[in-house]
Amino acid sequence: MTKEQALYNYCVRLGDNALVQSYRLSEWCSNAPILEEDLALTNMALDMTGRAQLLLQYAGKVAGHGKTADDMAYRRAEREYRNDLISELPDADFAFTMVRQMLVSTFECFLYAALVSSSDKEIAAIAAKAVKEARYHMAHTSEWVIRLGDGTEESNRRAQSALNILWSYTGGLFETTDADALLLSEGMAADVSQIKTKWQENIEAILREAKLILPADDYQQTGGRQGLHTEYLGHMLTEMQYLHRTYPEAIW
Amino acid sequence: MTNEVDFPSWEVFTQVKPGANYVHAGAIHAADKKMALQNARDTYTRRGEGTSIWVVPSESIVASNPGDKEMLFDPSNDKIYRLPTFYTMPEGAKAI
Repeated sequence: MTKEQALYNYCVRLGDNALVQSYRLSEWCSNAPILEEDLALTNMALDMTGRAQLLLQYAGKVAGHGKTADDMAYRRAEREYRNDLISELPDADFAFTMVRQMLVSTFECFLYAALVSSSDKEIAAIAAKAVKEARYHMAHTSEWVIRLGDGTEESNRRAQSALNILWSYTGGLFETTDADALLLSEGMAADVSQIKTKWQENIEAILREAKLILPADDYQQTGGRQGLHTEYLGHMLTEMQYLHRTYPEAIW
Repeated sequence: MTNEVDFPSWEVFTQVKPGANYVHAGAIHAADKKMALQNARDTYTRRGEGTSIWVVPSESIVASNPGDKEMLFDPSNDKIYRLPTFYTMPEGAKAI
């Protein structure tokens, strides 16, 4: 694998994560418990859309095939998506959304903080913007996780059951490939093995305050890096890509 | 918005640039101080309007009764000597 191919895969993975998270967050539009939270969740969705656009556009540029961000988002099939499985799971309830976003945004805080010093100038510039967003996403969602976990009996039960489901998908965040090793040696990618300890410490601190219990089961799902997804991504893409596939040149 | 949530109301003030006055932006609902700041940020500063935010519990605002308007404000209207209109303003002094 060449450096260009490895960089392409890396950008696609980061871009797909942003795009898929954006989609799930935007599903809360008009459905959040209060108006203020509706704005907060759609704000986060917009941050993610912006990030996806930059990363997928850059991926197209690196590949040199002239594909735009829209081509990348709307004209790839499920198996070509490289997002982490945790991002595509449907939201069972508000607690699920908050616990998921807390787990992922905490990871992204460390990831993008490391990528700010990437030797690839474009990645570094995107990371400088993303890390600020991720910090706010982490602050907002960890507050909610603490409130829900240390709230009523029902909110604690919902947050705990969300954590029990989501925990086995967190391993995917730290999966690496040969392409990652190549980029790492070039100083372009972030070393997720170093991020893992810091991430775990932060998550455990939040969960302690939230009176939530870390699942003891260590089993972890895999597959996102190979494009092997849960049954949910296909349904998401069907809806997301419908308009573009039906009216291929549609613009607004 | 199916469930009725009964969070208290907070008044939001934003500062556009350092040193400027905090200006009332509106009101939001939130359960506690941290949530109030975050909701204020998400509701009123989404287009880069601010450098800083104040949130104040709405119940802490003491307001005068509009019915007392005449008593409170009319007496100052006929005392022109209270207005600093007799000074010559230096040219270029905009902030006075």
